[in-house]
Amino acid sequence: MPDLPKKKVGLISCSGEELPEGTVTRRAVRKVLETLRPDETVTLCLPLFLAGGEGERAFARYYPTIAVDGCDQRCAARATEKYSAPPVASIVVTEVAKGCPREDIGTARRLNQRGLALAEEMAAKIAEEVDRELKAPRRSRAKAGEKH
Amino acid sequence: MSGERKKVPVAACSGIGKSLGAAAREAAHILTEDLRPDQAKVVALALLVMGDEEAGREVAGREAVAIDGCKLECAAKGLACAGAAKVRKVAVFDVVRRHRGLKPEGVCDLNEDGLTLAKAAAEEAAKAIDEIDPEGRHA
Repeated sequence: MPDLPKKKVGLISCSGEELPEGTVTRRAVRKVLETLRPDETVTLCLPLFLAGGEGERAFARYYPTIAVDGCDQRCAARATEKYSAPPVASIVVTEVAKGCPREDIGTARRLNQRGLALAEEMAAKIAEEVDRELKAPRRSRAKAGEKH
Repeated sequence: MSGERKKVPVAACSGIGKSLGAAAREAAHILTEDLRPDQAKVVALALLVMGDEEAGREVAGREAVAIDGCKLECAAKGLACAGAAKVRKVAVFDVVRRHRGLKPEGVCDLNEDGLTLAKAAAEEAAKAIDEIDPEGRHA
């Protein structure tokens, strides 16, 4: 039996520096990477991805990715699709946090208890998507990436 | 400078994989919230590079400050691509060399050394802001 490379899911957070939701995306993605699904996930650096990082772009072209965005501008999802292939899932903090105003979760620099709880909730949603993707049959992503 | 003062745009790398990227992000917040709140403003790097018009207007044709965590200098590249007239660079990987003994760790929660490094980087960035906007501190 050949030793096939393990299927991993790439996580791309927007990391928006202006808004607390950007900080929520960072914390949620790190929680999945470090604690919830450490063996099944990697993080992709969005700034590097945008600046032309070939390693990041190649990974996202051939492996499934989950974009985690802070707001409806969806920079992480749009960048992934533009430079590699569409993410298999796109999760947006403002959609998960409906009914929870921005002012209630802290600042971009420091989340408060509610913001930290929102990051935990986001992390759980990301982990669910990771599990869903890993159970799904392998599909070709290179084709989607080739058009760019 | 007179009339409505425009703040100097600041972009940080915000790399999610390494402590130095996290220190760059923290430095941008220290700079714009504690050290030069009336002179500097954070511009979200992802928004800028994805072509957001408002973020682009903050940067195009102006001097800006990039705080980067690694040699790839994503923040500096993003500002240059957005049309900044000049980009002043603060490289956290160089700042850490000038502060031997610091061992920054953590990404979401930087340790004490990471926060010290972020403050040192922010102070270097503040000098760059003062060079760009020398009247700003007395306005």
